[in-house]
Amino acid sequence: MKPPPFKYHDPRTVAETVELLARNENAKILAGGQSLMPMLNMRYVQPDHVIDINRVEGLSYIREAGGRLEIGAMTRQREIEYADLVARRAPIVREAILNVGHRQTRNRGTLGGSLSHLDPAAELPLVSAALEATVHVQGPKGKRDIAMAEFPAGYMSPSIELDEMVIGVTLPVWPDGHGYGFVEFSRRHGDFAIVAAAVLLDVEAGGKIKRASVTVGGVGPSPVRCRDAEKALTGEKGAEAAFRAAAETCRTIDAMEDVYAPAWYRQHLATVMTRRAMVAAFGRAANAR
Amino acid sequence: MARAHVTTTINGDVVDFLCEADQTLLSALRDELRMTGTKEGCGTGDCGACSVTIDGRLVCSCLVLAVEVEGKAIDTIEGMADGENLHPLQKKFLEHAALQCGICTPGILIAARSLLERNPDPSETEIRYWLAGNLCRCTGYHKIVEAVLDAAREMRS
Ligand code: FES
Ligand code: FES
Repeated sequence: MKPPPFKYHDPRTVAETVELLARNENAKILAGGQSLMPMLNMRYVQPDHVIDINRVEGLSYIREAGGRLEIGAMTRQREIEYADLVARRAPIVREAILNVGHRQTRNRGTLGGSLSHLDPAAELPLVSAALEATVHVQGPKGKRDIAMAEFPAGYMSPSIELDEMVIGVTLPVWPDGHGYGFVEFSRRHGDFAIVAAAVLLDVEAGGKIKRASVTVGGVGPSPVRCRDAEKALTGEKGAEAAFRAAAETCRTIDAMEDVYAPAWYRQHLATVMTRRAMVAAFGRAANAR
Repeated sequence: MARAHVTTTINGDVVDFLCEADQTLLSALRDELRMTGTKEGCGTGDCGACSVTIDGRLVCSCLVLAVEVEGKAIDTIEGMADGENLHPLQKKFLEHAALQCGICTPGILIAARSLLERNPDPSETEIRYWLAGNLCRCTGYHKIVEAVLDAAREMRS
């Protein structure tokens, strides 16, 4: 297993990186390398230029600003896993990350890399969609923001130009005491999920659901927000029957089909995973009872 | 194309080597430095046979380019024993027969050591999760987990 030959670039700034992207055709950015390196080793991709951004300054941080979490594109998944701030303010991200690969790959893999690679079943794009993240990108013409809902242009293709790169992500934070649940079904722990579900619930005193976010990964080509399920939950008291009914709406999601699973099976898993994530989320909400 | 010049510390010694820009750390270790203790099982990050640490962090060396480790400290299986003196993990692997063909063993030892550095008293579940990135096709894992538990016990006393 050897990567194909390519020219290696080692920029130190985002501006330099963007210029290299603009100047060189068939270039790939090397972030944590946990998706690109296997693809190079298997020669699924054969770039002429590899632009290593591991030495680019200022892309690795986790901080809170204006009631939101800001995470740099080169922040390793491991930093997110162990960050107190993330565990306190966006615990669903931590729960999702424990399902991303394993120890070795989380030590290298980055948030920006996972979003840019955009595997349909990847956990980080899924929680980013659930939290309505904003993705910050930079190109030769400057910076721009893309709402996570608009970020996927199609199967494994983010809606960024060839000379743009992801530099960071902003995650809105839910109120203290909110409920969260992340559940996935995969063949082995650490594999990409066949179907994964992320649920956030804001529950008011008395147990009524004020606001719900229900998202599934691995069903469509990119994360799907289940608006019908969200509507069904809003205003309801958290109860088994309500969760079952809301989850059932996921059976009509337009689902992919591949060698691993037919569409009907993914739809079925979507109903089961969302229901389990709803139950977990409600159980964790401070006002659940 | 000119070969890249990389300076690193490997198992405590400063090491310079030349490599191609498109060479993985795994391939540089094995093919340039002839340190063949680190194994290749898959080249895709699935098996963990190529595990080493970079600045104390456990990684798959098949998923890192050799040029990325400039200025970093690498630890490999070759640095685990102190001369003829085996590391407690290595001793316990022998005692418990925690290996058969042995191809996964260097990677599992490196991964287990990095767990014990962080958590000297891991539970069985913690060991299984920490080693989830290391595949073994022979032992069925049970003896590996036993050996790690036993080594941890010994290292604590
Ligand atoms: S050879 Fe690196 S993970 Fe298998
Ligand atoms: S001993 Fe053969 S693969 Fe583990």
